[in-house]
Amino acid sequence: MGGIYIHPEKISDFEKVKNLCPFGAIEVSPDGTIQINSGCRVCKVCVKNGEPGAFEYREDVISATDKSEWQGITVLGEFLPSGEYHPVIFELLGKARELADKVGFRVSLVLIGNEIPAIPNLFWSQGADQVFVYDAPLLKYFDARLYADIVEDFALKQKPSVILVGGTPAGRSLAPRVAARLRTGLTADCTELDIQPNSDLDQIRPAFGGNIMAHIRTPYHRPQLATVRYKIFSPGQPDDSRDGEWIYCDLPDGLSASIKHIASTEKPKVHNIEDSDILIVAGRGFKKKEDLILARQLADELGGELACTRPLIEAGWLEPRRQVGLSGRTVKPRLLIACGVSGSVQFTAGMKSSEMILSINNDPHAAINQIANYSFIGDLYQIIPALLKFIKNGREQ
Amino acid sequence: MNIIVCIKQVPGTTQVEIDEKTGVMKRDTGSAKMNPYDLYAIETALRIKEELIDVQTTAITMGPPQSEAVLREAYMLGIDHGILLTDRKFGGADCLATAYTLSQAILKIGLPDLIICGKQTTDGDTAQVGSELAEFLELPHIACVLKINSLTNRSLEGVMDLGDFTQTVELPFPCLITVDKEIYEPRLPSYRKKIATRDRPIQTLSFSELPDQNPVHYGLDGSATRVMRVFPPVHHKQNQIFEGTPDTLASEISKILIKMKVL
Ligand SMILES: Cc1cc2nc3c(=O)[nH]c(=O)nc-3n(C[C@H](O)[C@H](O)[C@H](O)COP(=O)(O)OP(=O)(O)OC[C@H]3O[C@@H](n4cnc5c(N)ncnc54)[C@H](O)[C@@H]3O)c2cc1C
Ligand SMILES: Cc1cc2nc3c(=O)[nH]c(=O)nc-3n(C[C@H](O)[C@H](O)[C@H](O)COP(=O)(O)OP(=O)(O)OC[C@H]3O[C@@H](n4cnc5c(N)ncnc54)[C@H](O)[C@@H]3O)c2cc1C
Repeated sequence: MGGIYIHPEKISDFEKVKNLCPFGAIEVSPDGTIQINSGCRVCKVCVKNGEPGAFEYREDVISATDKSEWQGITVLGEFLPSGEYHPVIFELLGKARELADKVGFRVSLVLIGNEIPAIPNLFWSQGADQVFVYDAPLLKYFDARLYADIVEDFALKQKPSVILVGGTPAGRSLAPRVAARLRTGLTADCTELDIQPNSDLDQIRPAFGGNIMAHIRTPYHRPQLATVRYKIFSPGQPDDSRDGEWIYCDLPDGLSASIKHIASTEKPKVHNIEDSDILIVAGRGFKKKEDLILARQLADELGGELACTRPLIEAGWLEPRRQVGLSGRTVKPRLLIACGVSGSVQFTAGMKSSEMILSINNDPHAAINQIANYSFIGDLYQIIPALLKFIKNGREQ
Repeated sequence: MNIIVCIKQVPGTTQVEIDEKTGVMKRDTGSAKMNPYDLYAIETALRIKEELIDVQTTAITMGPPQSEAVLREAYMLGIDHGILLTDRKFGGADCLATAYTLSQAILKIGLPDLIICGKQTTDGDTAQVGSELAEFLELPHIACVLKINSLTNRSLEGVMDLGDFTQTVELPFPCLITVDKEIYEPRLPSYRKKIATRDRPIQTLSFSELPDQNPVHYGLDGSATRVMRVFPPVHHKQNQIFEGTPDTLASEISKILIKMKVL
């Protein structure tokens, strides 16, 4: 059986050993025997940091897939009820192209839906070599089991080495079904991807609320599945000289819906902070709800949206959809100005890939400085009004 | 009607710190709690129990022996039965192996009409186990359910979150749903129930009791993903610090904004 094996004779301090495991899976009984319980995540921290030889990692290769049979990188495209493509497709295509070029793979895109608009050139220029389209009235609405039938059909015929899925609510519901159907690995919410010459995908993802990062591989199974959230990667440079193949696929036999669609409803149109190029983020440096007018004025002047940290949501000062961070929204604007924000890990997990980060904070040692490009040390109650005056004067000239 | 709720024990805090040099993680391994998202799953089961007649609720958890604590908590909330799925052979399971093991346990105790999972956990944080479990049991499922509109003994009508859209659908039983925080406000554990359920047994299931007796389908061997390494998040932005009067700072900020063509 694969797992961590203990060599107690190589352990001198039993008390210390217990604290070695970040998941508390090392148990020392009163009689001095050591055990690893089912809480073990096989992160190998004990192997690395324990006394030499005390913990051993053993792996049994049960049945390894022939990797050479599985080639190419596939992006699962999401088609929205509004009749539009989800923009995460272009970010995934950019990354897929980059990875594919490293190992000489082709990039394909799978589209599932009904009356899918054909805009091939857009996909070729964004990196796809082939687009496989499953288009039928039955496929009009998202149905995880039904869509998994389609992806299974595609995967078994085309044998891609990697399938990338947008980490949207639909993608996060569909991808696990596909992974279980194909008995393969799925890594959630990857923030970095790379590929080995043997086609093993290197997947980096945050866990424990962004407090630890894990490097994950799917070494013996194909295809390798990963989800990536919207706005984690950037679309590639469009290349209009590229060309490709647009393929309409037959539906597999015996397909039927697993759920009955009743209604698709657009949520009331709001200005999502995720969609804004410019964000002004207010933190607890603001003392009263009324004072947020400063941040709002700045947002209006710069044509951006107002966002905030979690304590302001908890205080009921703003709507939950304006919260940036791990338990809020992930944003990646061109410009983010953090005002009175300390920069907790939970907060930065949701905004650290913003292109330009400015911070206004009266504490020169605030953690936000570690990720801000420019930090302005001072009182936001003085700096923001001065800035607003500057902007106004500039406009009048 | 039978309902199974899947719950998981997670660390009491996600404030894990990793020593950058030694790679050692510092965490208070003593404290553990129920995955907060699973409270919404339990609440959903309890609301259904209140609405329909003759509903039996079972909570199931896979984990080390001490995760019995979350089943006790489920009893205090009003869940009828608890099942602890524990075996050294289940260690090192990824989502695939976790969902498979849960599916085997559910086949063992009998497929219910409805399985309810939380949306995600606060430790592994993948939001994958529910959908994978539905697949292993060949059940229809919907994820991130915001609202249950109506319910009969044969089906439920629910609203699932699809980002900018919601989709209202009817699911025939047996089926699986994962629920979002908006669904109901979870109740607090009751002291009266705590006393009343103090001696209520918890059923333990181990590998030898599951229908599939092939050990390579469980634990690390049954997992497709491998954690190669865990490490602290890196911050790699160059930082420039400005100090001075509000006017100087405001003028420095506007210079950057002009350069970025924001102004
Ligand atoms: C599981 C979990 C999930 C979480 N998810 C999120 C999340 O998604 N998003 C989130 O934001 N938080 C989240 N949090 C909370 C997070 O840990 C922090 O508590 C929070 O981000 C702090 O918000 P803040 O920076 O506004 O407040 P504080 O940490 O209080 O910082 C206020 C800052 O303002 C500065 N300041 C004060 N007065 C002034 C002034 N006059 N002028 C200039 N600067 C001033 C201070 O120096 C300080 O740096 C989560 C926590 C947990 C446990
Ligand atoms: C740092 C790190 C990163 C990881 N990344 C991945 C990864 O990318 N892919 C992967 O396959 N595995 C990964 N794992 C392993 C994964 O966390 C575990 O397999 C875990 O058993 C299930 O995943 P989860 O906690 O994310 O649950 P989720 O899928 O987030 O849980 C959703 C729901 O499923 C139910 N549930 C989950 N676990 C149990 C349980 N043990 N008992 C009963 N019900 C349960 C609950 O209702 C829960 O609300 C990772 C582990 C670590 C430590």
